[in-house]
Amino acid sequence: MTGTVSARPLWRRLIGFNLLWGIVLGIVGFYFGWWLGHQIHAESLSFFESTNQNDVALMLGYVFALVGFLVGLGFLNYPLSRMRGHRATQAEKEEGGVGRYFTLCTDHKVVGIQYLVGIGFFFFIGGMNAMLIRAELLRPSPQLFGAGNYLTLVGLHGTMMMGIMTSGILGPFANYFLPLMIGARRMAFPRVESLTFWLLMAAGAILMTTLLFGGFPTGWTGYAPLNDEANYGFDSYIFFFALVGLSMTLLGVNMIVTTITMRAPGLTWGRLPIFCWGAISTALLMVLAAPVLIAALLMVAFDRGVQTSFFLSSAGGSPYLFQNLFWFFGHPEVYLLALPGFGIVLELLPVFARKPLWGYRIAVAGIVGVALLSFFVWQHHLFVSGLNSSLRPFYMFSTEAISVPTGLIFLCGMGTLWRAKIRYRVPMLFCLAWFFNFFIGGASGVFLSDVPSDVATHGSFFVMAHFHYTIMGGLVFAFFAAIYYWVPKMFGIALNERLGKIHFWTMFISFNSTFAPLFALGLMGMPRRVVTYPSNLQPLNDWVSVSAFVLGASMLLFLANVVYSLVIVRKPAPANPWDSHSLEWQTPTPVPLENFDRQPVIDSDPYDYGVPPVPVPLPPPAEAPAPG
Amino acid sequence: MNEPNHMRRIAIIWFALSVILTPIVVAVIAPTLPPGDATSAADNQLSDDTLLLGIVTPIAVAMIVYFAYTMIVFRRRGEPTEEGPATRDNRAVHIPWLVGTTAIVLFLATFGTVELADAGAGGGEGPEPAFKMTGDVLPVQVIAQQWEFTYRYPTYGGVETAHLELPVDKNVEFHVTSLDVIHSFWAPRLGVKADANPGVDNVAFVKPWQEMSFDIRCSELCGLWHGYMFDTGQVVSESAFEEWIHEQQRTFAPATKFLPKYSTQYFPEPERRAG
Repeated sequence: MTGTVSARPLWRRLIGFNLLWGIVLGIVGFYFGWWLGHQIHAESLSFFESTNQNDVALMLGYVFALVGFLVGLGFLNYPLSRMRGHRATQAEKEEGGVGRYFTLCTDHKVVGIQYLVGIGFFFFIGGMNAMLIRAELLRPSPQLFGAGNYLTLVGLHGTMMMGIMTSGILGPFANYFLPLMIGARRMAFPRVESLTFWLLMAAGAILMTTLLFGGFPTGWTGYAPLNDEANYGFDSYIFFFALVGLSMTLLGVNMIVTTITMRAPGLTWGRLPIFCWGAISTALLMVLAAPVLIAALLMVAFDRGVQTSFFLSSAGGSPYLFQNLFWFFGHPEVYLLALPGFGIVLELLPVFARKPLWGYRIAVAGIVGVALLSFFVWQHHLFVSGLNSSLRPFYMFSTEAISVPTGLIFLCGMGTLWRAKIRYRVPMLFCLAWFFNFFIGGASGVFLSDVPSDVATHGSFFVMAHFHYTIMGGLVFAFFAAIYYWVPKMFGIALNERLGKIHFWTMFISFNSTFAPLFALGLMGMPRRVVTYPSNLQPLNDWVSVSAFVLGASMLLFLANVVYSLVIVRKPAPANPWDSHSLEWQTPTPVPLENFDRQPVIDSDPYDYGVPPVPVPLPPPAEAPAPG
Repeated sequence: MNEPNHMRRIAIIWFALSVILTPIVVAVIAPTLPPGDATSAADNQLSDDTLLLGIVTPIAVAMIVYFAYTMIVFRRRGEPTEEGPATRDNRAVHIPWLVGTTAIVLFLATFGTVELADAGAGGGEGPEPAFKMTGDVLPVQVIAQQWEFTYRYPTYGGVETAHLELPVDKNVEFHVTSLDVIHSFWAPRLGVKADANPGVDNVAFVKPWQEMSFDIRCSELCGLWHGYMFDTGQVVSESAFEEWIHEQQRTFAPATKFLPKYSTQYFPEPERRAG
């Protein structure tokens, strides 16, 4: 922060291509699109104008808002300068300073931190929605919000978590550490990398604007034909998820290309860190599944905006089509939430167990197996929908078959812990909790995959408990493990260990206390997304709500730890606080712009922990038996 | 130093706990679980749950014992760090593990299919059910709309009632359909769940075994008053059912003539927001 850059006055530094101008141009773009939409006159739009619910205007508003936002951030500069014949350059905002966190930056480490903060922000909002939902459910009948606002809260919570958190680990940690782990200087497409982040932020902001337009009553699944009759707040859902899908697709392409083409010499596929396997498998799912979602949402947008009827049975369409498309994306989606967690947990276990990762090959087989199988199970979400009843045994089998590769992940974890020298640092606690949570999530998933059992629990709180165990217990616990593990590298400052342990135990206990009773509630007949329930279920619901508030408070403990450690104390962390052998810890902190001053050459995988077995000395030659 | 045989200790603890816990879970806890066994479909569901619990319990015990044991016995405190043995793999474990998990999966899928083959275990099977009830069935149409269920009895002149009553010990064939958005007809004690799709005839079978009243809820998000879309139904004796349905026919006779002719699906005007 020396030199002429910081000598300029603040107002001068604010002028340029940055977040401020992105927001300004975004707002201008929105009103332009809004105005444009109202210039279109058609028979079928007269109804909209009379009710001030002009879907087309709102959609155009979002489109131009996005364009304005990206232009303001500077995404047009590079293509335009290339068109004018300038030389190709990587140099967007690489000169340092705080400003680069608020603009298009091609440094993967900056993007990683941008993702961490941005995703943390939206995770916090989604969590607050959950608190409000649980506050409403303290009583069997509505008390705080009306039925409509309650549904909007449920939809916002689900959509925010399922959308933003898809990049929850890949965004911050794979962007930051995958290049470091594979010995690359940058990601393959640095500008695309920045674009994925800003698309996600634009998406989050667009989803929040649904509150200005009346919310949406469809939950995160947005089934047709309910989505067609929904208020025009639903258009924000469409744009949110389509932008998330776009961001995911681009992120996935970037990860895959980077991992394939930019590995350091000697980093064969057999030496690739297991976290990178998790990242690239997730990326594969993103690239293959997310476009289906984008297509489905475009069709919904057309159904709503220009009266096509892809999903309206009375006009020749099919609601099943939307369910199929949605879950063809949606089931890989839940695995792309889980897979990075597999990678993180298996990556961190060896460091704290002081042993090599046990069964590297089967761990890879497990991760890739889950990724591939996840495309063949989506109709288990439609077990009672009336679709394809003769295919149910197949989907029952394919869904249960997922437990085979998942079992391999558990086997690797168990093998790594065997005869280990376990150190209970905070990241390790989160990793071990992951096994506990994910086992419960997985085992309850087997109940749901069994069609007769699923008939009893489908669409109930049982399902809710199940996917919170796999996603919150899997993804979010791994997310925190990764934060505690890598923050010393990212910021040069470690989070406080004692506060971290308090955070962990509060979170782990309240998490289980929140979600385990939901299995019982579901079996006792409580469907999802209802604002009322029978009064005999109130004690259990109150228990869940209070636990959920403690769970929310544990997140505040984490924030307190962040503020205390990173802002107040600022005690520098040792260069390699965990004695990790992984490549990212061999770089200096802070990591220089180009990561490595010379090209690293890899001659082993990063798990060479432990004492090699001492060759057992041969027993002294026995006396030759006495003849006779 | 004499290292104890950890694996044998784990196996002994696991075996002892499993032998105690599994029968408790299967014989004591499982029979108390919803949805109970008041109908054929609920019984299918409960027997699958019981079997799954019987398999999951020893596996869960194995996991907990293994992790707890390793986490306690192999823990180390403080610095400097000790290194563990550099063992990377043990191929002898792979094959038994894979065979074991695959065998469990195959067994579960087979058992689930067998229970499912008993008339679909109460789940909605669409217009052409793969697994049917044979013999004498009572067709009952469930019509979902925002935000209530109504019921039509095609064999009783197509009368449409506001409440659901079923005769005991009789095969019932539900035809679930919707007039607007997707709903889901869920009667937990009855063991029936079937999505109501507009323009689709979703068939589900059940045979109630005892007289009772049961809750009905919509279990697919269907808009604003989804949380209020519930009802109570009854399973009554055959004679009481006959009496009730004839009374309904008399009461609703003036309305029945204006109803559309009974059909497995209805195409109402779409809920378009314009046009």
